[in-house]
Order: sequence, then C-alpha cells, then structure tokens
Amino acid sequence: MIYNYFFNLTGSEIASAFICCILPLVYVLTYVLYAVYGERKVSAFMQDRIGPNRCGYRGLLQTVADLLKMLQKEDIVPRNADKPFWVMAPIIVFTGCFTAFACIPFSSAFVGSAFSLGILIVMAASSISAVGLLMAGWSSNNKYSLIGSLRSVAQIVSYEIPTFLVVLVMIIILGTLDLTVISEKQTAYFWNWMILGGPGLSWQKFVYIPFMVSSFIIIYISTLAEVNRTPFDIPEAEAELVAGYHTEYTGMKFGMFFLSEYGNMFAVSAIVSILFFGGYQSPFGYLGNSLNLPWLVPIEQLVWFSIKCIFFVFVQMWLRWTLPRLRVDQLMATCWKYLIPIAFVNLIIIGLITVL
Amino acid sequence: MVQYFKNIYNALATIAIGMKITLKHFFLPAVTIQYPEVKPALPERERNRLYVNIDDCIGCDQCSRACPVSCISIETVKGTADEDLGKTSNGKKKALWVTKFDIDFAKCCYCQLCVFPCPTECIYMTDVYEYSEYQRADLLYHFSNMTQDEVKTKKLNFEKAEAEKAALKAAAPKPEPVAKPAVISPSAPISKEKPAADNLTSEKKDNNGEVK
Repeated sequence: MIYNYFFNLTGSEIASAFICCILPLVYVLTYVLYAVYGERKVSAFMQDRIGPNRCGYRGLLQTVADLLKMLQKEDIVPRNADKPFWVMAPIIVFTGCFTAFACIPFSSAFVGSAFSLGILIVMAASSISAVGLLMAGWSSNNKYSLIGSLRSVAQIVSYEIPTFLVVLVMIIILGTLDLTVISEKQTAYFWNWMILGGPGLSWQKFVYIPFMVSSFIIIYISTLAEVNRTPFDIPEAEAELVAGYHTEYTGMKFGMFFLSEYGNMFAVSAIVSILFFGGYQSPFGYLGNSLNLPWLVPIEQLVWFSIKCIFFVFVQMWLRWTLPRLRVDQLMATCWKYLIPIAFVNLIIIGLITVL
Repeated sequence: MVQYFKNIYNALATIAIGMKITLKHFFLPAVTIQYPEVKPALPERERNRLYVNIDDCIGCDQCSRACPVSCISIETVKGTADEDLGKTSNGKKKALWVTKFDIDFAKCCYCQLCVFPCPTECIYMTDVYEYSEYQRADLLYHFSNMTQDEVKTKKLNFEKAEAEKAALKAAAPKPEPVAKPAVISPSAPISKEKPAADNLTSEKKDNNGEVK
C-alpha cells in the first residue's frame, strides 16, 4: 500500500496521509486538463473540424492557457446574491466530486482508503454535489440559475435510483461493498469481468451475461444523467438557460464547477469500469508477472485503469456529439418508465439466481 | 407491452446508428482551411480590389460614369500640342494628363461595371481581398502617378496653350463666330444682343476643337 510506503519513507502519519491525498488530486487535475482538451478535440473531429491547434504542439497547452486566463479573471459577486452560500457552493460541489476519489482503487498498490463500504461512500459523496448545485442556483438570485439548479437536482435525485439498483445487483453477486475487493475478484483476464458474468465457471456465469449487459447499459445511462452530460444536460442547456446553475460564476469559482464536472465524469467512469470491467485488472495478464518484475504490476494496473476510465469518458463525449438534448418529460420518462422497472426486474432475477 | 419493448429497441438501435455516423466522422479528415496560412483557391472570375494600370489610362472618365456608387473620381488636364503623352498598350494615343485617379474602396461595391467600358482595359479586378485599414481615409487609393508639382506645371502649360490659342483666334479668323450665330439669329434675336452671347459661342467653338 502506498500509505505504508510513504509512512516508512517520511516516518510521519500526517505527511504520508497528506501525500496520499495529493496524489489523486494531481492525477485528477492532469486528467481534467487533458479531458477538456480531449473533449474539444473529439467534438472537433466529429464535426470534421481541427479543434484547438495554436497553443503548443497541436494545441496541447490550450487548457493550460485557459486555466491561466481563468485564474486572472475578476471574481465578481452579484449584488443580490446570498454571499456565504454563493461562495460555498462551488467548494461543496468540488469536495463532493473529489471525496469520491478517496475510495477508488487506482491500482492494487494505490488506494486512497481501502474502506469496506467503498461503493456506498462513492455514491454518497457524489450525491453531495446535488446540494452544492441547488445552493449555487438558489443563492445566485438569477432565474436561469434557479431553473437550472432545480432541474439538475430533480434529475440527479431521480437518476440515482437506477444507479443504486444496479449497484445493489452487483453487491448481491459479489457479496462485498469494498471496491478493492470487487476489483480483485475479477482477476486478470477479461472473461472474469462482471460484464461477462464474473469469475468462476459455474452455470450462473452464462445466465448472468444478459442481465449484466442490461445493468451496464442502465448504469451507464443513469450516471451520464447524474453528471449532467448531454443528452441529459438540461440543467445547463446553453440554448435555454445560458449556463444553468453556474451562470453567475466567474473565474476560479466557475473553474471549480468545471473541474468537478470533468472529475465526476471520471468518477462515474471509474465506478462503471470497476463494477463491470474489472477495475484496474488487465484483460490479458501482466507483463510484470511474466517478466518476474513485481514492481511493474501496479504501474500496469494504473495504466489499465486509466485506459478503461478514459475510454468511458470518451464514450460520454462521443454520445454528447451524437445525441440531441432530451426534454424534461422525456428525461423523467426515461428514468421512471424504463430504467427503474428494468433495474428492478434485474435485481429480482439476479437475487433469485444467487439464492438458487 | 409490445410497444414498450419496441421503444427500448428503437432507442438503442437509433443511438447505435447515430454513434456509428459520428464515429465515421471522427476518422474523416477535417474540412477546415486554416485561413491565414492556407488560402482557399478563388474562383476564376472573382471580384476583389480594383487595380488601375495608370500607364494605359487615357482619362476618358467612362469608368467613373459607370460606377453606381461614384467611388471613382478622375481629373484630367489636356496635354498641349508640343507634349508627347505616349501610347497605350493597345495603340491608342493619349491626349490627357490624368492628374487624379482616386478610387474609394470604402464605397466600392465590387460590381465590376467600371471594368467593361474601359477602352484600354486598364482598370480590372485583382485577387487581392485582404486590405482592411484602421482609418477609413486609408481606403482611398490614389492611382495617378503624377506629383503635385507636375500637376501644377501641366495645368500652367495647358492654360498657356489655351491663352495662345485664344490669342491666335482673336487675331485671325473673326468672321466665323459671327457667321454661325447669324444663321441661328432669326429664331433668337434677343440672345444675340446680349454681351454674354459672344462668350457662349466662343466656348462652343472650344468644345468643338476638343472633340476633334
């Protein structure tokens, strides 16, 4: 474990805990820098454009330049805003987003907290952002912000239900809430991944597959809605609501909303890849094992984990540039009429199979 | 109930179709032309900034008259008999010094109507379209290559020549101007009596001389 390593290195609990906190932050910040760049490039390529290509080699420094610009911006507080809540909102949203990373295992050697209720903590922490969004919209004293935040909260609250139902299905099958254990169970070959029925070779494995695929689709759609991405981006629908709940925010406060949006994208992709695609496990075994270099394995795991998460983030971007925005009633119909009943049926059938 | 599953199937199938299309475009090359570095090929008969080859201009003023927005302003001074103004490229003899040939591109509407009447084809459209300026006055292009001093001397020369001509006319064939109004006179006897009438007739004669 990375904590023990740093504890041996520094001899101080506080210092090693601090380093363990900083590492995921560094990882997430670097990821956000290039996710924003990637988003712009992906959208450009899908629209047959070139995208940013002026800053650095092929525009690689574009987001760094944008970040520097954002830091220099004046911090404007609207006169009629409820100032304490207004200032607190982006911090809460970002904290909620970043807390989720505490329990996500990046590799077998690097888990922020190997907490036995990991998945619950992740889901709970990512729900905190709903409070932050509501605060941001309400305290801005702006009708667009208010409508945006109300929509956002309604959406997050209703789409959490199918997400949790699918997570429950996975908990029933795997019998654990610990994300590290969930990753460990889907050991190093892709036919052990939960999307293909999980580890082992019993008859249940093959029965599980259709339910796993439908569960995966449900959780992917509902997490997409939870992070307010297109086609579920009515909280920040540019054409109707300017920018939704962060209309009034400037500078680094806006930057924090932005950061947490991309951070959340990564967090839900991480959840999906841990639950269904083996987390940090390699699909083809490890080079470190075959070369007899044990220190290489965690690094490979980190790489595989990043590849999986970034692939799902890419699919989110891909969907964004494919689908138009849903209407509010369509959004609610998708959730309550389709995702939740199917998730319930999945839950019951999987429960029965597990009992048998 | 059947409709319910049909809806689900339709949703997933259409999303898959859409994603297939966007993925195809993801790998297609971009259609962007990176403008300042790469310039698009203009069509063959594009209309952009005008150019005047002042060496070929005979100062006939036809372009200026054709212009619907009056953006061309031309001033000419007649050359005297002893001056050789040269020939245009298509063999026309030049008779006028073009002292001013200004085109105001702030007004120009790129209709190309000035190009067709030009007898020497000295005004034409080029492929230059990047000539924006910070000051509107900078869009007034001066095509005449004569300096102010040259213009002054040409004007003086012309006036001198005119004066000489007038002197010559005053000296030699006096009956002519008298004869002409004499023919018209029965119809307009009043104008003949006025002193200004004489001046008018002499001016008419000058104009005739110019045309010849």
